[in-house]
Amino acid sequence: MPRRDDLESILIIGSGPIVIGQACEFDYSGTQACRVLREEGFRVVLVNSNPATIMTDPDFADATYVEPLDVPTVTRIIEQERPDAVLATLGGQTALNLAVGLHDAGVLDRYEVELIGAGIEAIHTAEDRSRFKAAMTEIGLDVPRSGFAYSLDEALAVAEKVGYPLIVRPSFILGGGGTGIASDPDEMRRVAGQGLAASPVGEILIEQSVAGWKEFELEVMRDHADNAVIVCSIENLDPMGVHTGDSITVAPAQTLTDVEYQRMRDAAFACIRRIGVDTGGSNIQFALDPATGDQIIIEMNPRVSRSSALASKATGFPIAKIAARLAVGYRLDEITNDITGETPASFEPTIDYVVTKVPRWAFEKLPGASPVLGTQMQSVGEVMAIGRTFTESLQKALRSLETGRAGLNADPAESAYDPLSDDGLVRASATATPERVFHLEAALRRGVSVERLATATGVDPWFLDQIALISAERADLADLADRGGRGGAAAMTRSAWRRAKRLGFSDAQLAYLWGEPEASVRAARRAAGVDATFKTVDTCAAEFEARTPYHYGTYEDETEVAPLDRPAVVILGSGPNRIGQGVEFDYCCVHAAFALSDAGYETVMVNCNPETVSTDYDTSDRLFFEPLTAEDVLNVVEALDAAAVPPGERDPEARDLASATGPSGRRDLPPGGDRSGPEGAQGARRSGELASATGVIVGLGGQTPLKLAATLEAAGVPILGTAPSSIDRAEDRESFNALCEELGIPQPPGGTAASSEAARAVAERIGYPVLVRPSYVLGGRAMQIVYDAAALEGAMAELAESGSLGREGGLSAERPALIDRFLEDAVEVDVDAVRDHLGEVFVAGIMEHIEEAGVHSGDSACAIPPPTLAPEVQAAIEDHTRALAAALEVRGLINVQYAVKDGVVHVIEANPRASRTVPFVSKATGVPVAKVAARVMVGASLAELRAEGLLPDTGESGTHVAVKEAVLPFNRFPGVDTVLGPEMRSTGEVMGIDRTFGVAFVKSQAAGGNLLPAAGRVFLSLADRDKPAGLRAARLFVEQGFSIAATAGTAAALEADGLPVEVVVDKVGEEAGGRDAVELVASGEVDLVVNTPRGRGPRADGMHIRRAATEHKVSCITTVAAALAAAAGIREASTAGTTVRSLQDYHRDVQLRLEV
Amino acid sequence: MVVDGVLVLSDGEVFEGELAGAEVAAGAPAGGEVVFNTALAGYQEIVTDPSYAGQIVTFTYPHIGNYGVNPDDSESARPFCSGIVVRDLARRPSNWRATGDLEGFLRDHGVPAITGVDTRRLTRHLRDRGAIPGAFGPDEQAARQAATVASSTDGCDLARVVTTAEPYTVGDPQARFRVVAYDFGIKTTILRRLTASGCRVEVVPASTTAAEVLERRPDGVFLSNGPGDPAAVGYAVDAVRGLLGEVPVLGICLGHQIMGLALGGRTFKLPFGHHGANHPVRHVPTGRVEITSQNHNYVVDPDSIPGRVEVTHVNLNDGVCEGLRSLDVPAISVQHHPEAGPGPRDASYLFDDFVVLMEAR
Repeated sequence: MPRRDDLESILIIGSGPIVIGQACEFDYSGTQACRVLREEGFRVVLVNSNPATIMTDPDFADATYVEPLDVPTVTRIIEQERPDAVLATLGGQTALNLAVGLHDAGVLDRYEVELIGAGIEAIHTAEDRSRFKAAMTEIGLDVPRSGFAYSLDEALAVAEKVGYPLIVRPSFILGGGGTGIASDPDEMRRVAGQGLAASPVGEILIEQSVAGWKEFELEVMRDHADNAVIVCSIENLDPMGVHTGDSITVAPAQTLTDVEYQRMRDAAFACIRRIGVDTGGSNIQFALDPATGDQIIIEMNPRVSRSSALASKATGFPIAKIAARLAVGYRLDEITNDITGETPASFEPTIDYVVTKVPRWAFEKLPGASPVLGTQMQSVGEVMAIGRTFTESLQKALRSLETGRAGLNADPAESAYDPLSDDGLVRASATATPERVFHLEAALRRGVSVERLATATGVDPWFLDQIALISAERADLADLADRGGRGGAAAMTRSAWRRAKRLGFSDAQLAYLWGEPEASVRAARRAAGVDATFKTVDTCAAEFEARTPYHYGTYEDETEVAPLDRPAVVILGSGPNRIGQGVEFDYCCVHAAFALSDAGYETVMVNCNPETVSTDYDTSDRLFFEPLTAEDVLNVVEALDAAAVPPGERDPEARDLASATGPSGRRDLPPGGDRSGPEGAQGARRSGELASATGVIVGLGGQTPLKLAATLEAAGVPILGTAPSSIDRAEDRESFNALCEELGIPQPPGGTAASSEAARAVAERIGYPVLVRPSYVLGGRAMQIVYDAAALEGAMAELAESGSLGREGGLSAERPALIDRFLEDAVEVDVDAVRDHLGEVFVAGIMEHIEEAGVHSGDSACAIPPPTLAPEVQAAIEDHTRALAAALEVRGLINVQYAVKDGVVHVIEANPRASRTVPFVSKATGVPVAKVAARVMVGASLAELRAEGLLPDTGESGTHVAVKEAVLPFNRFPGVDTVLGPEMRSTGEVMGIDRTFGVAFVKSQAAGGNLLPAAGRVFLSLADRDKPAGLRAARLFVEQGFSIAATAGTAAALEADGLPVEVVVDKVGEEAGGRDAVELVASGEVDLVVNTPRGRGPRADGMHIRRAATEHKVSCITTVAAALAAAAGIREASTAGTTVRSLQDYHRDVQLRLEV
Repeated sequence: MVVDGVLVLSDGEVFEGELAGAEVAAGAPAGGEVVFNTALAGYQEIVTDPSYAGQIVTFTYPHIGNYGVNPDDSESARPFCSGIVVRDLARRPSNWRATGDLEGFLRDHGVPAITGVDTRRLTRHLRDRGAIPGAFGPDEQAARQAATVASSTDGCDLARVVTTAEPYTVGDPQARFRVVAYDFGIKTTILRRLTASGCRVEVVPASTTAAEVLERRPDGVFLSNGPGDPAAVGYAVDAVRGLLGEVPVLGICLGHQIMGLALGGRTFKLPFGHHGANHPVRHVPTGRVEITSQNHNYVVDPDSIPGRVEVTHVNLNDGVCEGLRSLDVPAISVQHHPEAGPGPRDASYLFDDFVVLMEAR
């Protein structure tokens, strides 16, 4: 049966903010669903609270609601839009839970909305662990022995019956939150307590631990005619016991015979049929006893998952896209495989390469969190690498991580393992940590046997033997270093180069082993005739011709890059998600690809993050799934250059296409060979190793590509947009200070220092408090505010020594620490602007931060338009921005941060590149800022883009206010203080949009899971310096009818100001006979906590209060500015009420105002 | 010690690698028709599948040998292919059933291998040029020479080479059905499936006549898979012609082609055949899609069959006939492998259909 014609309009539910366990893979799946359903002619209504996503771009749906993902809000959207169906299987657990909520509330029935994809019964059977186990047992599949418990006593009883060790899993949660392993009754009490608290229904499953068994996953698709296929099998390198999201995983399965694989496949089909997922994709996890082959089914997700995104990228089979088509009535055999363009989607992809995924963690940003991996997912991102062999793909993945590693050891960071004894290494690798794979290699290199490591770690001997191949080759390579002048690269034969590269060794690793510069290693290798070749991901192992240029690099005989007959723009992506660099940059890269493709360029994406839209083969004209290292990017550029067709030999039609682009009838970027124009690609006129037909954009993917700019430029690759020298000039503190002085723009006094003595001198000159941070990092890594010399000493020592930073180069004259006077209580402002080559500057958005300066901008809420900035302050901000953009000769985006104190606008820093806030600005204003910037980077002027209609005529804003709020991962890290500071720790963001600032703020809090109460009791515990402003907030709460509780000191201040305090509690650890603050929060008698940190020093008291709030799910505010905003917002929400409105409507308002 | 090797195709294309498995003397390169298989697992089954007699099998999946070899997964008593081409041969296998490694198995059975080859380039070449003869060994000149004289399977009666010399019987003597199975290169998994469906199977040589079969008074006759060109086994076609209508017949792969010929039809050779475990086939009567295991270069042209036949299965990738049912006599056949080994078991109901035919008799 083809497309259903009884449906007209479909509501797609997104997954909300990026959190651990739910990242941009759902932007990828949701974006695909939106595209497909619109192509099929449906009216698509989308709701997602996350403004950084590509799916919430107004072009992707007919009505896009950036609103909180809760039942009341979505009910109002349904009332307003009256969709025929809801598709919830592409928005992760959030969407699935919301669909269940809408069903349980009777909303779906009331408005006659059909749940398509997976029905409510299927969702319940898959998600409710007791029903799932019963269902699997019924169809003869083995499940772990287990029992359910609803209390601690029951938990202990079940544990006795099943037998330790046990695993405890709360029902209805995502990403393994609240899950743990217990080996005895004491551990059981602790783990079960956490689990019961985490489950929304107070239910935990206690089951036989299969830790140490082998873990596999299958991705299954099924259509309504019951045709089912396996898209991909995945084998985890880490055995059971480590969450699959935290495991290194490999596709396809490596160690299963066909007999065993088919048994698993049959079980997967039986499972999806019994659960009753009508259409779409599901992920099914299995555990296998390595000694007997016994197979048990662990769980199934009746929806598209993170693994589905991985499987899609790993095979070229677009699961989300096909799931969306199946949901509206198509059968698998009615859908064509995009890649071959001829064969149907009812087949099972087969691949001729190996895919390895490695997670990326952020433990360095969360002091107090232990970097031990377990059943609860803790990683914030992941990379995927494709190689012809496992060894190659593993090493590529490890160098893709951007943790300063060049591959599997053979780099400076490996010295960290030298102090460990052999036994110590074996012990270290027995514990799952982010370092495990490096420990394994170090142990194998020292001669520890595969058997011993397999026994100690549960890692399959096949994987260990593959790692041992790398160790053996490394030993051979290292031997070459000791041959005097004829050693190292000079001693390599063609076949030796080929062998090393085929095992995945990077030039950087070889350079380390031989003590030679990486560039000369590269030169020697190329001179030996060993260049990277690019193969194609084609779903069929070359059985059919592939139409989709989705490539990966490897060292083989033949390359498959198609001829290039027009100028190519290479867009470097942002690599793995991490705190400080996530989906926002992918948004910018994807928009650049769309805008430049539309303008007639051949767009080429390079990225290694499988979760993203940028690594969808549909996003750009060509996709290279490669690590973002200088070596790998240069390989891509060289391959494109080699494929370039000389202009005279091009297909005449292609030339027509080229000349037809651009409003002025000329190419923005002149084609190869004609680069003499003054506004052509920067660097194109320089002579270099490469005579390139290809320009590279480094300014849209965050720090990742920026770090490569200098190396690429030195190799002769034209860098499009702002010149790397300008980026350096803004980044180099000395020259930036000089520039600001020249322009007369005030700056907080500051200086740079590469040693703690120098730092002290700077601080003494400018006065405390000072802000200390390393240069060249995003997300405020290791940024601190210090109030005295001792703290400064500590901060400098951390920069010099802390493992992760040491790895990235530590401190040096080239990479000094930046030390600036910290302006207390200043208002922080972020600006995004675009400057073109003619010098015109478009100020895209001025964002006023809610939290004062000192809280990292990524963790701070902010608003457009700025709610409190006076017009003259805004004018000064615009003027400074224009002046800086001009002085830095910006071509494209610039982000400037200001601190406004006493009416004076100080510039904190300027970054001539895309910033994290670009998508938020676009959603708030309706201007496609990243698209505009991309076009400007290749030579278009703002005036041309206005004429084309891409850019509106003026920067007029609508009558609405948009507030962005950060979403923090504290519920995953029980030991970590939740207070905000200069180091960014949020994983994602949400947006609230409404007619007033207050209501928009309340919405933003609700969307971030911090639901502000409309009435009840507020508990205040304020630092002394926050008391004056805190009193204003407290008064607003009292006026709204809230009652007040406070710690003694705060209570005294409130009462002195005439505010009634109903409950007074002791500080933690200072019991004076009464209850303490934590007990009060835990008692449930408080509806909102306002707790601000007491400056420096031990923060135990506040930390316990904030943790208690997190654990008991009481909304918590940690800055006085946010408290004021909350109080005002609660008032406005109660008087004016909230609305639900689509972005298209908001933006249309702006357009209408302009036309009037 | 690593010995460099080279694979040369009869069109002159050269592929570098290293030799492994059974030793190849410089003067006697391993030769055969070079084909590829895209299955991700199941190399032991493929290597021991008699259908690959006379062929050099290229595995498109790069890692081969990961889970070793075991006593249960062979499809026949020994390998029949003339050699294998792989990208990477596992040094150390890992699987609880493994009793040895693939390289040792190849060496023990005299099958040479060449590893380290850009098998994707080779596969793309075979896709564009079709399966062609080739040879590999340590010496390029010798391999080039051998490649030009290595034969393709066109017109080759390889069934006669791989078939059993003497009849033998498997299965429970008390089994419900008595089936005579023609061994054109029969796979162990097929025998297992037939016995599991309640058959005692008497396996007979390819050259057995219809009269000899009927003397055994079977409830059904099974026509096995096998190597080579169906047009070269005229004696088998004659025999089957004598069986059709006398007794229910099930044919698989070469057996399907022989049945097609016996019904008066023609076969033709595909450009590069179907060799993998992921081919979608539509079961025409129900519309259901099954994922099938395939290994064939020749197909039956159903329009060439003069009698009344129903095309029961169609390959969705290229539309060729994958299964037939005679409407005149009790006979069914499929081009793909319902027994899998290796591959998905979606089509295993074919054995039940055979049982139904025998029950109806």
